[in-house]
Amino acid sequence: MHPNSCHRNSLLVSWLENYKNVYSVYQSNPAMIDRPAITAQTKPVVRSNRHPYWVRIAHWVITFSFFALVYSGVEILMVHPRLYWGNAGNDLTPALFELPISRNYHHHGWDTPKPFFASANSPVSAGRTYDIFNQNGWGRSLHFLSGWVLVLTGLFYLLAGIFTGHFKQRLSPRTGEFNARLWISDFTSHVRKIPIVAEGRYGLLQKYTYMGVIFILFPVVTMTGMTMSPAITAAYPFLLKMFAGAQSARTIHFFVSLALVLFLLIHVIMVARSGFKKQMRSMTFDT
Amino acid sequence: MKKKHLITRRKAIITGLGSLGGLLLTGCVKKAPPTYGNILRMGDALTYAAQRALLPGQSLVKEYQQSDISAFPATGTTDPGNPNRRGDHEIPYSKEYAQLHSAGFTDWRLSIAGGVSRPTDFSLADLKGFAPRTQITRHTCEEGWTAIAEWKGVPLHAILNKTGIGKNARYVYFYAYDGYMESIDLLDALHPQTILAYGMNGQDLPIAHGAPVRLRVETQIGYKSVKYLQRIVVTDEFVDRGDTGWAWYTGI
Repeated sequence: MHPNSCHRNSLLVSWLENYKNVYSVYQSNPAMIDRPAITAQTKPVVRSNRHPYWVRIAHWVITFSFFALVYSGVEILMVHPRLYWGNAGNDLTPALFELPISRNYHHHGWDTPKPFFASANSPVSAGRTYDIFNQNGWGRSLHFLSGWVLVLTGLFYLLAGIFTGHFKQRLSPRTGEFNARLWISDFTSHVRKIPIVAEGRYGLLQKYTYMGVIFILFPVVTMTGMTMSPAITAAYPFLLKMFAGAQSARTIHFFVSLALVLFLLIHVIMVARSGFKKQMRSMTFDT
Repeated sequence: MKKKHLITRRKAIITGLGSLGGLLLTGCVKKAPPTYGNILRMGDALTYAAQRALLPGQSLVKEYQQSDISAFPATGTTDPGNPNRRGDHEIPYSKEYAQLHSAGFTDWRLSIAGGVSRPTDFSLADLKGFAPRTQITRHTCEEGWTAIAEWKGVPLHAILNKTGIGKNARYVYFYAYDGYMESIDLLDALHPQTILAYGMNGQDLPIAHGAPVRLRVETQIGYKSVKYLQRIVVTDEFVDRGDTGWAWYTGI
């Protein structure tokens, strides 16, 4: 609990008053917002690189379940490396694209297709004559087991983040940070070859990236995953509407997973550039 | 300075929820099929318990329009009456099935036995005597593909109503001519869209799709929808066939 929670109203008023003053300072000199001294009067300054214990636990549990999800996810995709849009999609219908990631890629092991109806463009059926790669027995079970771990830990993290004020204090951008010049300077400082200095608070790009990962990518990847479940879509048919069908959900699931892997790569590069050992220690032992 | 409370409120809540979850979990897993001490199967058991606890059991899957019917691959066994190989795998062969096939399935009988009041053998004509149900649904294969087809058949609940099931019945087992076996719990067995299908896309069920009769379990992944049905057994308890390497419950 916040030590001053009983005085929250009066605190909020004085905090808002102060914020207005601070904002006028930002307008005259946007570069000042990086100085923690401005907020020091109203809020305790969060010490550099300190992560609460629940953030550290959630971070690593989610990291390892994400590894397991990517590993099993690649295996599942290898079994059917074709992606579609809509509700139906299989080897006998056209794909959006096909990935060359297993011996199942472009396999033509099918009997001569037979039409179901007399019409000219009738859907067809064909028997498979090819021994496909399929390790989904463990692949799917590992995917769902690690999915459970990630979703439960993620829910715990979301609730803790909301109720401890963690998201509000550390992730949500301040009023003065909605500024094009800051965006550009923050971006160029990330791509330059100078070492990044990890400050007490998150940078602007960092805030937006983390918020996108937490509030958009993870929820969408979870929901598209559930849209592939016949039992869940029977109970909640809005999922099929929301993602334009079961195969569209699978395709979105793939691209969002790709975005998450891309995030992971950049995240690790940034950690390395700002002191790998120091950052790992800080996220693991809070030292 | 670090605060040093013995038990904070947050800690108490987390511990409380944690132990409650532990109790719930063991309570549910006890009833579910065995996990063989296998961590992966434990995840599947959790999915089963959670879906049974959280999802309304008998909601219907989406039914599509005639124009949505798509191409439909035939995978797994595509003819148990034809000795064949596919790569390293021998396709299961049944001489009995070959004979039934050549006689146009007139001698085919589906036996319903086990925990039922009146064990019965149904012919194809008997099944067609029940009020049929026609549904255009999406087949979701564990491999990742989907296909939409129209199925015509008799709801399993109508058959089980006819034979009567014991008070303690909990599972229904399906045995096929290609040696395949699957089981579902009573909730899925009595689901309005769980049917014994003898028609597909307006015609008799093709051999490649499980003639003369196959199961359709629309709330689960494709491999629960057993093709080439031979007999059905109702049981009070889960009949352990050992870990097949595949999840038993596949609502996801």
